[in-house]
Amino acid sequence: MKKLTHILAGLALALGISPAIAQDGPLRIEITEGVIEPLPFAIPVFIAENAAAQEYAAQLSQVVAADLAGTGLFRQIPRDAFISNVSNFDAPVQYADWKAINAQALITGAVSVAEGGRVNVKFRLFDVFSEAPLGDGLQLGGTTTSWRRIAHKVADQVYSRITGEGGYFDSRVVFVHEEGPKNARQKRLAVMDYDGANVQYLTGSASIVLAPRFSPNGDRVIYTSYETGFPKIYIMDVGTVQRRILDDQPGTMTFAPRFAPDGQTVVFSLERGGNTDIYKLTPGGTAQPLTNAPSIETAPSYSPDGSQIVFESDRSGTQQLYKMSAGGGEPTRISFGEGRYGTPVWSPRGDLIAFTKQHQGRFHIGVMRTDGSEERLLTASFLDEGPTWSPNGRVIMFTRSGSGAGGESALYSVDISGRNLKRVPTPGAASDPAWSPLLP
Amino acid sequence: MKKILVKSGLIALAVAVSACTDPGRFGAGGAGGDGTVGADAYDPNNAASNPNSPEYFSQRVGDRVLFAVDQSTLSPEAQQTLTAQAQWLNTNGSYSAIVEGHADEQGTREYNLALGARRANAVQEYLISQGVAGSRLRTVSYGKERPIEVCSTEACYMKNRRSVTVLSAGAGF
Repeated sequence: MKKLTHILAGLALALGISPAIAQDGPLRIEITEGVIEPLPFAIPVFIAENAAAQEYAAQLSQVVAADLAGTGLFRQIPRDAFISNVSNFDAPVQYADWKAINAQALITGAVSVAEGGRVNVKFRLFDVFSEAPLGDGLQLGGTTTSWRRIAHKVADQVYSRITGEGGYFDSRVVFVHEEGPKNARQKRLAVMDYDGANVQYLTGSASIVLAPRFSPNGDRVIYTSYETGFPKIYIMDVGTVQRRILDDQPGTMTFAPRFAPDGQTVVFSLERGGNTDIYKLTPGGTAQPLTNAPSIETAPSYSPDGSQIVFESDRSGTQQLYKMSAGGGEPTRISFGEGRYGTPVWSPRGDLIAFTKQHQGRFHIGVMRTDGSEERLLTASFLDEGPTWSPNGRVIMFTRSGSGAGGESALYSVDISGRNLKRVPTPGAASDPAWSPLLP
Repeated sequence: MKKILVKSGLIALAVAVSACTDPGRFGAGGAGGDGTVGADAYDPNNAASNPNSPEYFSQRVGDRVLFAVDQSTLSPEAQQTLTAQAQWLNTNGSYSAIVEGHADEQGTREYNLALGARRANAVQEYLISQGVAGSRLRTVSYGKERPIEVCSTEACYMKNRRSVTVLSAGAGF
């Protein structure tokens, strides 16, 4: 168990969670200093309980493994290293065989597909070195077309049981799909699973679209479009793809919208006569200014409890981050480092604010505490911008753009520890990702 | 739409004005372009030689002005171009204009939208100060969405930090 503890300690660090009391229970990721080494897990191909389940069993276990390994916190043990296999979901686990290949966690599953296309998945998670199940077995069902979601839910369960954190795999990302060269770029709204699967386009490419964001329950997307020739905010129902303009005051531009946690109030930027301030709109109401300054005030984002708004302003002469009461009032500056700070986004856990920093010709994604302390930069490149939080507040996705004539944009993700930076697969160039909440 | 006329104007420009060193996507001229104001002999094959044509406006008067990094103040050069724009608009009352504000790629998307709006507004206010009716002008910001130059050096950025006065047929909005 000494080794397990050590590994878990490292994993916990990778999650970047603030120090917590040591857990007595085994197979638990702890938060402390240490070397990062991914936790090795074994996931035999899920058992197909009938012929129709065959293709889903293989794919489901593959997606579960990819979810876990993709976090950088877990490492899949190749199946050809297995000593014993699992051919019966209810057979006793041969712990010695899994210990021998140093599997710390074992995930077993069984899949059946019923008449009419319903897929049913059972799974169990075992702590190999404690020789005990970790949590109860669980059964999940859905249509065959939603098999990936079921796999993500299994992976979320495993992740949660081992880390003690909420999962984030069963989630979606809305983003802007891009085509064409920099000086004639076409943009369309698209939505996909967090891992790039199941891409669906929400708009055509006739008008520029920018910076979509999900409603708190993921049923709607709010974004900016040039449909009228001028930037205006639209709200779209993701299911029906029906959209409506939010607020059309002639002679104004509106952009940078976000929902309040209540899912009804919207906060956004409104430009009039060259000056941009932050406004809020409640259902049935008219747009109310929350700031009133000759400087640029934009990129507002609510705290998860809805009581505060963080935003950017150049009132000091350069772009900096400020927070204020959700009702407006005197803002407090929270960014004091060198360079310019923009696009602040409050973590769903409420503990951190992610931002874009521009300094000496480079762009960074970073996080700071909500009072501006403990700033940490997670990335550096020619152009990184626009962070969005995973539903559990552990991972940040953002846009990375290349320089020069051939420079394209792509989506990247990084842990809030700064580890596990990787490109998110998209069908082409992409920008402006926004993560959904965990799906129900 | 009103824009159709402008678009056909741009096509004519691209075809007819081979002498232009840097036509750009949204028209030529402007500060730093070849937009020397002066009348050539009337040439029926060159629309820009007609001083009342949109081509003349974009090419000879200069449809754009450039801005310093993160600034929306009008340089003396920009004011000179805009004074000429205002004169043209005051002479040609059957046109209105949309003033586009643009930023280079070195900035976040939202901020650049707001910055482009500042630039467009600075131009609009200047034109109004030169006697152009406000009802004939509108502004729009494209932020960093529509660069004309695609390199990632100051040589391109300086051309992308611009406003472009795009004519539309019609006396007002």
